[in-house]
Amino acid sequence: MSSDRLDVRKTYKLLINGAFPRSESGRTYEVIAANGAFLGNVARASRKDLREAVVAARAAQPKWQAATAYNRGQVLYRMAEMIESRRDEFAFHVAQSEQHNDRDAQLIVSAAIDRVVWYAGWTDKIAQVLGGTNPVAGPFFNFSIPTPTGVIGVIAPQESSLLGFVSCVAPPLAAGNAVVVVSSTTRPIPSLLLGEVTATADVPGGVLNILSGEVAELGPVLAQHEDVDGVDLTGAGDLAPTLAADASGSIKRVFRATTADHDWAVDPGTRRLRAFVETSTVWHTVGQ
Amino acid sequence: MSELQHQTWSRLNDLEYAPAPESRDIVSIRPNYGLFIDGQFTDPGSHQGFQTINPATEAPLATVALGSAADVSRAVISARRAYDQVWSQMPGKERAKYLFRIARLIQERSRELAVVETLDNGKPIRESRDVDVPLAAAHFFYYAGWADKLEHAGFGAQPRPLGVAGQIIPWNFPLLMAAWKLAPALAAGNTCVLKPAETTPLSALILAEILQQAEIPPGVVNIVTGDGSTGAALVSHPGVDKIAFTGSTEIGRRIQRELAPSGTHVTLELGGKGANIIFEDAPLDQAIEGIIDGIFFNQGHVCCAGSRLLVQESIADEVQRRLVRRIEQLRVGDPMDKNTDVGAINSAEQLSRIHELVDAGVAEGASRYSTTCTLPDKGFWFAPTVFTEVSQTHRIAREEIFGPVLSVLTFRTPEEAVAKANNTTYGLACGVWSEKGSRTLWVAERLRAGVIWSNTYNKFDPTSPFGGVRESGFGREGGRHGLEAYLNV
Amino acid sequence: MVSLPLRSQHAPEIGGADITFAPPARPSLLGSEAELRVALGGLSGVDAVGANARVAALGTRSLKQGTKRALLDLAISMIDLTTLEGMDTPGKVRSLCTKALRPDPSDPSVPHVAAVCVYPDLVEMARNFLGDAPVAVASVATAFPSGRASLNVKLADVREAVAAGANEIDMVIDRGAFLTGKLGLVYDEIVAVKEACGSAHLKVILETGELVTLDNVRRASWLSMLAGADFIKTSTGKVPVAATPPVVLVMLEAVRDFAEETGVVVGVKAAGGIRSAKDALKYLVLVNETAGSAWLTPDLYRFGASSLLNDLLMQRAKQRDGHYVRSDRFSGD
Repeated sequence: MSSDRLDVRKTYKLLINGAFPRSESGRTYEVIAANGAFLGNVARASRKDLREAVVAARAAQPKWQAATAYNRGQVLYRMAEMIESRRDEFAFHVAQSEQHNDRDAQLIVSAAIDRVVWYAGWTDKIAQVLGGTNPVAGPFFNFSIPTPTGVIGVIAPQESSLLGFVSCVAPPLAAGNAVVVVSSTTRPIPSLLLGEVTATADVPGGVLNILSGEVAELGPVLAQHEDVDGVDLTGAGDLAPTLAADASGSIKRVFRATTADHDWAVDPGTRRLRAFVETSTVWHTVGQ
Repeated sequence: MSELQHQTWSRLNDLEYAPAPESRDIVSIRPNYGLFIDGQFTDPGSHQGFQTINPATEAPLATVALGSAADVSRAVISARRAYDQVWSQMPGKERAKYLFRIARLIQERSRELAVVETLDNGKPIRESRDVDVPLAAAHFFYYAGWADKLEHAGFGAQPRPLGVAGQIIPWNFPLLMAAWKLAPALAAGNTCVLKPAETTPLSALILAEILQQAEIPPGVVNIVTGDGSTGAALVSHPGVDKIAFTGSTEIGRRIQRELAPSGTHVTLELGGKGANIIFEDAPLDQAIEGIIDGIFFNQGHVCCAGSRLLVQESIADEVQRRLVRRIEQLRVGDPMDKNTDVGAINSAEQLSRIHELVDAGVAEGASRYSTTCTLPDKGFWFAPTVFTEVSQTHRIAREEIFGPVLSVLTFRTPEEAVAKANNTTYGLACGVWSEKGSRTLWVAERLRAGVIWSNTYNKFDPTSPFGGVRESGFGREGGRHGLEAYLNV
Repeated sequence: MVSLPLRSQHAPEIGGADITFAPPARPSLLGSEAELRVALGGLSGVDAVGANARVAALGTRSLKQGTKRALLDLAISMIDLTTLEGMDTPGKVRSLCTKALRPDPSDPSVPHVAAVCVYPDLVEMARNFLGDAPVAVASVATAFPSGRASLNVKLADVREAVAAGANEIDMVIDRGAFLTGKLGLVYDEIVAVKEACGSAHLKVILETGELVTLDNVRRASWLSMLAGADFIKTSTGKVPVAATPPVVLVMLEAVRDFAEETGVVVGVKAAGGIRSAKDALKYLVLVNETAGSAWLTPDLYRFGASSLLNDLLMQRAKQRDGHYVRSDRFSGD
């Protein structure tokens, strides 16, 4: 940083419906690294912002579901391309947020890119792996297809600001869900940067909505919102049991991470893909 | 007609079908039943008991033990021991053979099971004989084959069971729901504590005898009869790793909430308000039968019942006319009569719930048509009923009636049909009737429902996943998907 | 369903007892091939799985003893006792007629059958054997069973049979024309045959085993009824697949719907392959539950059969005597 010039500091904003608003409440908070360094100002989303995000997600979801799986794969792959093209910037912010050295941060960014690519490749395989035909004992053609659950609320992991974040967000997106995600409260910047990246990755507005703020404030609203069909409580910590109870009000699908799930380096398998798909089974008569 | 005079025959205005009652002799219901814990029936005298009655006559059938929290605890401990020491250690191919045995024994005792089911539940013997019992056996056959093939089921190389599964089942398909719960759980390597519905415990107790005949190791399956308090004790028991519940959305919600802190695995199969959509190009005669099957099968005590009929306006009058003609042909009465189409309502409580909603339908201005059949004096009965001029805001179009009551609504375009079908918090099943394949698939893609029947309704098969979306619950029963509910994957 | 230009204001109550058998005036004939195609194409389709399921479900109905006895007699009275062989002789026709009049000479309470059904050249003989008895003579005509002849030959066939005393004519439709979509041709031929029939009743054989699909059965049923059929009949008995319950179900639905639309009540004849009393009773249950009890009369429902009669007699005797009887109690004719 050159000392003879005052740097321009960016306030990170929310991503709602493809736009980057400040919080309607006007609130921001300072992100401070574990070593005390000031990392930036970010918007602090309100309940109302979250409500707006859910409305946007609900509106965007049918189109995202109706897009071809091939197309969804391309969009996710484009997201990976965009991260790759700005990997140094991501690495810088991951290093700052998570207090890694540059080499480790680069490895994390690589893993995050590869994770997104992995899920990009899943979009047109989910139906084949999770669906199929069922040999019922009668004159019927019967098949099961996985369909997206709908609008998914994600409480992103608090520690893993980029790799953990994409590992939670990409699978529901790959399956055709729209996502409203509450970023890591203390490490939101890599995810907000990712939000900016999506603006140039052809992710349709409303499909991915990213809010920075307090889990204690936003989590219950998300978990209780009847128009949210499922919640991923990976980053909810001690609040997870309460939020899971809140989710029962509208019989939401709830994903609770185990300790093993927080090891972001390992092969994630299909668990997160299966978490937010519904099996829809169609019977049709077979006759002349 | 011709110049010839045919010998005159008295015209048979209406064929009289013979009352063809299935014999009760095949079944010996014991006067008292204990609980089935650790491979043995407990002494009935050691429990508080409650009566189970025949809803068609209100005659008592047996006194059944009311499982207490302590009883539930004993059952869970027994299941845990069986899990740790026997069932989880046993090779899959051996578990498979136990399940095959159970399937065979259900087939061998099928008449007896059908009679017990009809006596205790009130459903027509034709249905218990042709649907409930054969499907229950088929379910065990199907999952038996999975027990030694779990590593090929697509859930990773070494899928592990969850442990002890607590299973709470409803009264509408007592034996079949027991099979739906037990077969996949056991195949996956879990042990079970099954809680039958309060009003229909008997077939599960016959199943307990079958488990003894099959020499399934003690504790692998425990059957604890009782009421809501028994089920609540099972849900809150800390030794249970998984709760599988089929029943109302209200109770399902409570269970999900209660299990939230512990993170106990849970699957829920809850209520529904299924739309049966009839397009103008439907195969009309079959559609009429499908409407009948959709709502009057099992007296409408079916969570996936097609209780909202959505008819395209261009054929609405014709469909209603045909429907009225057809429901007048329904034979309502003695469930043990093989000619009976519609049997008894399962309980006084359910009957009053039906009355309440039907009264609300009338009060809200819908037009009611009930068949003119005569209903028996004793027992719980409700005449097949169709409401027309129903609007989406009416309670009878929104709430699950769980009885032989159909609400007819109309639509003009496929989009409107889909919008109306999806305008519910439920999402269990829908029907689509059309001869146009592309439209059927277009609609099927957009319906928010776990099961979609096209040109048919209320079909079930062990290979076919069943379950809901949204407030109809989560998790699937049946098929490869049904294993996921009992594996730690 | 496309609205046909023939709706009557006075459709009978189906299933009720008060059907008027004097048919109202036929609707005006449909004009072009295109109109026919539109009209028949507008009929609702038939889902074969559902139709099969329906007949299977009705097949499990069990009948009251008294009802069963009445139905056995009714089934006997509905039989078109048939011989349609190249080897038919006067002797064969004579014994058939004798059997038709008194199926069981030992029991005068057994009704006579509805008709005997023979080839045109044997009509006169049959009429003579039957005399004034109230048993109709039905004759197959129109180049039965294939129907492969010119219209003039077919009409001559019909006129000769009628002139010889046939009360009923069982014609075959031109399946080739139907299957190639020449519905107008089929229609016109039926109209011409109907005219040639004069006062004789016309049964139109669809030969459903060659139409194969239930959709075709429904369309051919409507086509025949629109063209003037008094009865629609399943089969010639000369192709491998004859009457089946799903086919009869669809035809019963057709006559029911046609009566509702037009007020014209048309009969159904199930022919071929029905050999047991048990099957016959299942068909009558099908009639009752589909078209309604108004069709439970020989005026509106027939069985084209030969060996069925003896099984009905055996079951009747069993009902009466309370034990099974040997088949040789009844004549093999």
